[in-house]
Amino acid sequence: MAEYSALSLLANALKGNKDWKPAWRKPDPKASYDVIIIGGGGHGLATAYYLAKEHGITNVAVLEKGWLGSGNVGRNTTAVRSNYLLPANTRFYEHSMKLWEGLSHELNYNVMFSQRGCLNLAHTPAQFDDYARRGNAMRHLGVDAELMTPAEIKRLIPALDISDDARFPVVGGLMQRRAGTARHDAVAWGYARGADRRGVDIIENCEVTGFLRDGDRITGVTTSRGDIRAKKVAVAVAGSTGRVMQLAGVETMPIESHVLQAFVTESLKPFIDTVVTFGMGHFYMSQSDKGGLVYGGDIDGYNSYAQRGNLPIVDEVMSEMLALFPGLARVRMLRSWGGVCDMSMDGSPIITIGPLPGMYLNCGWCYGGFKATPASGWCFAWTIAKDQPHDFNAPFTLDRFHRGLVIDDKGQGANPRLH
Amino acid sequence: MLITCPYCGPRDVIEFTYQGDGNRERPDPASQNFEAWNAYVYDRLNPAGDHNEIWQHSGGCRAHLRVVRNTLTHEISSVAFVRGDHSSAARRKAEDKP
Repeated sequence: MAEYSALSLLANALKGNKDWKPAWRKPDPKASYDVIIIGGGGHGLATAYYLAKEHGITNVAVLEKGWLGSGNVGRNTTAVRSNYLLPANTRFYEHSMKLWEGLSHELNYNVMFSQRGCLNLAHTPAQFDDYARRGNAMRHLGVDAELMTPAEIKRLIPALDISDDARFPVVGGLMQRRAGTARHDAVAWGYARGADRRGVDIIENCEVTGFLRDGDRITGVTTSRGDIRAKKVAVAVAGSTGRVMQLAGVETMPIESHVLQAFVTESLKPFIDTVVTFGMGHFYMSQSDKGGLVYGGDIDGYNSYAQRGNLPIVDEVMSEMLALFPGLARVRMLRSWGGVCDMSMDGSPIITIGPLPGMYLNCGWCYGGFKATPASGWCFAWTIAKDQPHDFNAPFTLDRFHRGLVIDDKGQGANPRLH
Repeated sequence: MLITCPYCGPRDVIEFTYQGDGNRERPDPASQNFEAWNAYVYDRLNPAGDHNEIWQHSGGCRAHLRVVRNTLTHEISSVAFVRGDHSSAARRKAEDKP
């Protein structure tokens, strides 16, 4: 019987809900493992889950510095989409989308994946042409995409200022209907429980302080809870990639850490039932099931490990919101927060073997890591288990910059703050 | 966040444009050293703590500045002209400000 089901809910209710098992154990670290995964966020937990489920590797520890899900997996704005231009990105994110579509059943955990669509607004004819090109590229690879006219957009989002008087009038949009949102905490908890039940040790409050080496080879880690040895050490620490790699003696990386802020308003009645993005700046918004409008914009724009942002971006995001939705002028913002993003040099991730022997690296998610969670874990687990990348992540190497094989979806060049 | 421009004094961060890691060394334009160019274009120091970085006061005097800023606290410990005080006007101005 599935651990969570209508029957188990009823059975436990009759017994006063005293017999539920914790979703994951709190084990002490063992002296050694086959695989150590540094980072108990979405990607690390998904990696552990797929290592155990797909590859039968269960002697695995996930080391988390804080508590489970305290980093970016609980800080993002929950959007899931696969609307990229370049084939490497499209294939990878579409694989992720397909995993999302079955994830609640796969994990027996309701991740509240809601395919409510993601609409990119175009504000100039040139931008609309560009979206048509991207939509065609997506459809060419079997991903859904459709162009929408202003009249159709008006019907879909009545609150949007679609008039010619808008600061940036809307001339159309690119819609991916299968895109949507998911409950980010549930993704972390669901993967954690799935990994735990297959024998993975999830060790919280365990900070990696250094690496154990045999010559060049990484043979384990030193942590705040003692030394732990492993045949393979996988790093999936997103915004902390620079810090962790410095512990391993890798001083420079094609990565800068930047802070991205996110915001939520007070709860409103149903206002928008899709994810909408602004084309004349950087702004995206959806409405949570609780009713709060969840939205964000650009990164602050300079290196930061502070999980909080500065006011200029707050100001910019609010003005972009009001340019699209003037009716929100008097809605109160409840909370804002920040997460540290590992901005790569071409805006695409890195899932690879190395850079040191015995090490595996998963990073460079910029601020789009949440939607990649299932495919990132799936591909990283494959790479760790088989010591070779899957076709889906083969392009996402660390040495692609050196070899001139960058995957720059936005065509911005080697300037991380612009991706 | 305020950055104290040596020429203009303390100004809001929105007047400045970020140009990233100041530890990189740009090879001579005629250089054909592939590794040096690759390192300049792609490799970044990304410390959690004091970071040596370049900003331009693009909304002010347009000087390029070398700033040491803590990436955990945003505390700025030093600001200087990138090319040193080569401009006598800038030097005079800087000397006026204690």
